[in-house]
Amino acid sequence: MTASVQALTAEKPSSSLYIIGVLSIVSTICGIIIVFAYTSTALPIARNLAIITNEAVSQVVPGGQQNTIFAIQPGGEIKPVTGVGGSDPKLFAVYDGAGKLLGVAIEAAGSGYADLVSVMYAYSPERQAIIGFKLIDAKETPGLGDKIGTDPNFLANFNELEAKPANPGLAHPIQTVKHATKANPWEIDGISGATVSSNAVGRIINESAQKMVPLIERNLDQIRKGAS
Amino acid sequence: MSTAHQHQPSPPASPPEAAGPPASETFLNGLWKENPVFVQVLGTCPTMAITNSVRNALAMSVAVIFVLVCSNALVSLVRKTTPKEVRIAVFILIIATFVTVVDYAVKAVSIPIYQAMGPFIALIVVNCIILARAEAFAYKNGVFRSILDGFGMGFGFSIALLFMGSIREILGAGTLLGYPLFGANYQPWVIFLLPSGGFFTFAFWLLIFAWWRERKDKRAKATRPEAGQLEAAPQ
Amino acid sequence: MNNVSSAFIFIDALLIHNFVLSVFLGICPFIGVSNRFETASRMGIAVIFVMIVSSSLAYGINLVLLHFNAEYLRIIAYIVVIAAMVQLVEMFIKKTSPALFRALGIYLPLITTNCAVLGVAMLQTSRGYNFVQSFFFTLGSGLGFTLALIIMSGIRSKINLNDVPSIARGTAIVLLIAGVLSLAFMGFTGLGG
Repeated sequence: MTASVQALTAEKPSSSLYIIGVLSIVSTICGIIIVFAYTSTALPIARNLAIITNEAVSQVVPGGQQNTIFAIQPGGEIKPVTGVGGSDPKLFAVYDGAGKLLGVAIEAAGSGYADLVSVMYAYSPERQAIIGFKLIDAKETPGLGDKIGTDPNFLANFNELEAKPANPGLAHPIQTVKHATKANPWEIDGISGATVSSNAVGRIINESAQKMVPLIERNLDQIRKGAS
Repeated sequence: MSTAHQHQPSPPASPPEAAGPPASETFLNGLWKENPVFVQVLGTCPTMAITNSVRNALAMSVAVIFVLVCSNALVSLVRKTTPKEVRIAVFILIIATFVTVVDYAVKAVSIPIYQAMGPFIALIVVNCIILARAEAFAYKNGVFRSILDGFGMGFGFSIALLFMGSIREILGAGTLLGYPLFGANYQPWVIFLLPSGGFFTFAFWLLIFAWWRERKDKRAKATRPEAGQLEAAPQ
Repeated sequence: MNNVSSAFIFIDALLIHNFVLSVFLGICPFIGVSNRFETASRMGIAVIFVMIVSSSLAYGINLVLLHFNAEYLRIIAYIVVIAAMVQLVEMFIKKTSPALFRALGIYLPLITTNCAVLGVAMLQTSRGYNFVQSFFFTLGSGLGFTLALIIMSGIRSKINLNDVPSIARGTAIVLLIAGVLSLAFMGFTGLGG
């Protein structure tokens, strides 16, 4: 059966109509498979994203009891939303049991040594400083650049990193300096052997904080109220 | 590959599943004798790019096995209706479909794994192993045998990835699947995690297999001199 | 992610993150076509050409897909575009320059399954480059691929005159050299500043 069909097709070329028919049928089958896969994975993917974001938020702002997500509107206002979906940049305000604001977690991304580096950091309006940092996604060189997510000395920078708001932006730009030359509270002590990656982290946070810190300060009343 | 050509001229009346060597051989062929990576040297990009940890190697293996089995099955199903002129287009369409499915499935299972594999999930589309099996096997054989071939080749690919991944992770990070092996004093051999380590590890395995094959040939030559000379002649 | 200068993207794709030696894209042609200088350079030119056309098209297609919220069609759309582009380029070259067509021979259709071509389209999308950035990224990647191929073909022409241990002949020696080259290319890291 197979051989005879194949022999037939080999002898004379198939008609265009037949070829188009076969191609459309195969495309339809493929389309159905893709749509099925897309719809059936949409929910788990959204759930995974939410879990990862929540974990990151609770790591950069430890001790929180409740949080509220604000989406940043193009005009610079913020409005509370329920999920992590949607394309607007978001602020994750974290409160303790009494509803007092502990900090605001912010997502940021930029190019690192190898590829995009996505991070989350937390800003505390009370201390006017960055109080937490977590590497979300990076493909930096294993053993060297990837220390930006694990090196304890480097991560200790973000326990208290000055980010005083000024008009406009920050009073002092946040930047990474060479290892063991940190002199000011707004400088990040870099990692020797991972210079490019640790510089990238400083740059990413600075770029984001220059915009976000003033924005948080402007909308501080609304963020403080958020939980109630 | 050679087996596929052999039962091409089998009588049309008998179903293709019954012809040729037993099913187990179809499976074992891909696993070892025609190992897609170490023997046919196909699919080299993911073999080196995604093997800096055993976990990534495992995730990649599962993804490739899934795509290979599904595309082999579907190609085999539509092989009688697909005209020869557009078969490659149909193969690519089918493969791209299942790669899209895997792309979403991996994201649904674990986002960190998805991030670690980066663009290499999408690049399964152009993994030569899959297109080669569609063209050389699935387009000429029944569904059952094509699925078996998919599993065989897929597991062969996985073995290669695990060989690569375990060496690179053990030497390069001192861990296996994330568990430390040598204690705190081990100074990791970072070069194995770097791109050059991928090239060196792959070369190392190819050397081992070449040495092993050469030794086997020599032994065969020692026991059967006349046959050995015949075998050695084309080299 | 959108503010990196095009010049840096170009240098980065060409040297620091060379597609073949550090990202592991396009290894198959790197091993298969690097034994002679002529074939290596011709393959390189063909790949650069297909890369630029298909990556520009992929940029446009991505905008359309994003507009219709149909990102799930991205993989299929890109590979179909690349396959179609390779076909078109083949026909175009056949018409305009039969000499070049004969010279490229079998390498033209092989470009469809060159993962560097799909890789460049996928990476420029996932990094969110704008059109100019993605053009320079593509150009750098293509030139980097060609550079790696040409370097390897030069080394292989010397190796062919030497006595290589029998078990290392073929792919293994190419991989060993590629490993050393990859180490050497790590020296370009400093260019990133």
